[in-house]
Amino acid sequence: MPISKKIKELQEKRERLLLGGGKKAIEKQKALGKRTARERIMALLDKDSFNEYDLFVEHDARDFDMDKKSLPSDGVIIGSGTIYGAPVAIFAQDFTVAGGSLGLMHSRKIAKIMDHALKMRMPLIGINDSGGARIQEGVNSLAGYGEIFFRNTISSGVIPQISVILGPCAGGAVYSPALTDFVFVVDNISKMFITGPEVIKTVLGEEISMEDLGGARIHSEVSGNAHFFASSEDECFEQIKKLITFIPWNNAQKARIFDPSEPLPEYNIDKIVPDDPTLPYDVRDVIRAVVDNSDFFEIMEQYAKNIVIGFGRMKGCTTGFVANQPLEMAGVLDVDSSDKAARFIRFCDAFNIPIITFVDLPGYMPGVDQEHAGVIRHGAKVLYAYSEATVPKLTVILRKAYGGGYIAMSSRHLRADFVFAWPSAEIAVMGPEGAANIIFRKEIMSSDDPEGMRRKKVEEYKMKFANPYVAASRGYVDAVIEPSETRAFLLHSLTVSENKVIQMPEKKHGLPPF
Amino acid sequence: MEKPENLGVLNIDTSLYKTRLSKKYLNRIPYEIPDNRKILSFIPGTVLDILVTPGQAVMRGDDLMILDAMKMQNQLKCKTDGRVKNIPVKKGDKVAKGTLLLELE
Repeated sequence: MPISKKIKELQEKRERLLLGGGKKAIEKQKALGKRTARERIMALLDKDSFNEYDLFVEHDARDFDMDKKSLPSDGVIIGSGTIYGAPVAIFAQDFTVAGGSLGLMHSRKIAKIMDHALKMRMPLIGINDSGGARIQEGVNSLAGYGEIFFRNTISSGVIPQISVILGPCAGGAVYSPALTDFVFVVDNISKMFITGPEVIKTVLGEEISMEDLGGARIHSEVSGNAHFFASSEDECFEQIKKLITFIPWNNAQKARIFDPSEPLPEYNIDKIVPDDPTLPYDVRDVIRAVVDNSDFFEIMEQYAKNIVIGFGRMKGCTTGFVANQPLEMAGVLDVDSSDKAARFIRFCDAFNIPIITFVDLPGYMPGVDQEHAGVIRHGAKVLYAYSEATVPKLTVILRKAYGGGYIAMSSRHLRADFVFAWPSAEIAVMGPEGAANIIFRKEIMSSDDPEGMRRKKVEEYKMKFANPYVAASRGYVDAVIEPSETRAFLLHSLTVSENKVIQMPEKKHGLPPF
Repeated sequence: MEKPENLGVLNIDTSLYKTRLSKKYLNRIPYEIPDNRKILSFIPGTVLDILVTPGQAVMRGDDLMILDAMKMQNQLKCKTDGRVKNIPVKKGDKVAKGTLLLELE
């Protein structure tokens, strides 16, 4: 056969396989408002950058008439490409082929691209759209999931791992996204749960829709399993691309440096924080007032809103931000916000991203529900994550820093490299009201005018302790600075932290209070 | 920069903070001291059988009811000595978690 004919044969084979589950199945997929797996990869990656592998892979299952069925590429597309020039490994499950079900060869393809990503030290992106295990393949299908989970775990902290949920992702399949660093969901398209509405109804008699059980909104607002919520696949891809610009390719590198720019003048840092510590404001405005171009890329925007996390750039360099949000639940630390912050701090630490912490919190959240939900263990995660982190840690105390909250929020005592405080800072064991009630209890009770005495004592306490100078006198705060000096101090601190070296005791691994 | 809206008040250590209150906080179930005279369903299920009648004297440990849930027949036992005051459910009823099934005097 002449080579031209062989090339033609290849082209025909390709053409057939590139159609995946065929025209009918593609129409069905489109009717659901979903792109095909291949379209998704093309939309996400740089133009013409995608190289596909294992197009010709086929399953060899024999039971239940499977030997008569051909499943193009075994229902998953793998390959590598670039996003704004950054190399990424990618897999996308193809729902048009047997519902994207995971069989042995399907899982081997995913494992292959995961191994590739780890070996080549590049980010991995997984697009999930699958009915679940391919039941006809029995335990081979389960083995396949296990191989994927194992690789997710081994790659964790070495390469960034991103999961995109663009269809159902149910049962055991959810554990791959759960083990990755960032999970993206799209309204009305993403569905994630361990057991579906049917099982829940049979076993517990509780009726719930798929959307209310494990839709995009639930995972973004209630469960905290998702990090980014989008209204459409297009918006989702833009979010992924933006994230890729902020993170390094692997744990031995730093994120790409961009051209520096100044914050926008509309964010006037002197005017954001009210004097009265009980009044709210949006702490994201403080972040925007210090980052390049006021561009703050928030993560988990709708979950545990009392803490804000995300990326920004300082003179072109990616920086992680953690900030108490007085606008939501007074910015308290609780079970969910601790969990959210701790995971982010550990991501930054693993991938060489300095952390800037803005502090303004009244402490930990009181309540039976919090105590019973394990606020002790979850709150401890924040202490653990900050203490363990060896990347540059910069802290700015904006206003309140009371009690355990003060210690937890990247204090000097957890080895913050630089701690700055604004003149409005109040660093104390608790708020003046509570403290005065305890310390001056006797005086207040025995006074002819208890309320007047109480107010007097609250003022006395405020004068003495509700300021940054007691902490500064002990060296717990390195400098008391004007709000308008914040960016300059932070930039200088980042510059001098560039070559930070920290020796940690040798160990196999620590035991964070998961 | 927007002016904060929808603010409530949160009391932390007797300081009152103006802030937005989360759905989780607003929807939390206030804690109640358990009352041994009230038998509640600890799980959603179906009342399979009622073994006592109103007015009957019962002892701690007596079986009161059988609740079918999670494919199991769960025996609901009496937690304290007393007399059955009322039984607001009947055989075959499907009950949600936390439903009052039986009350003692």
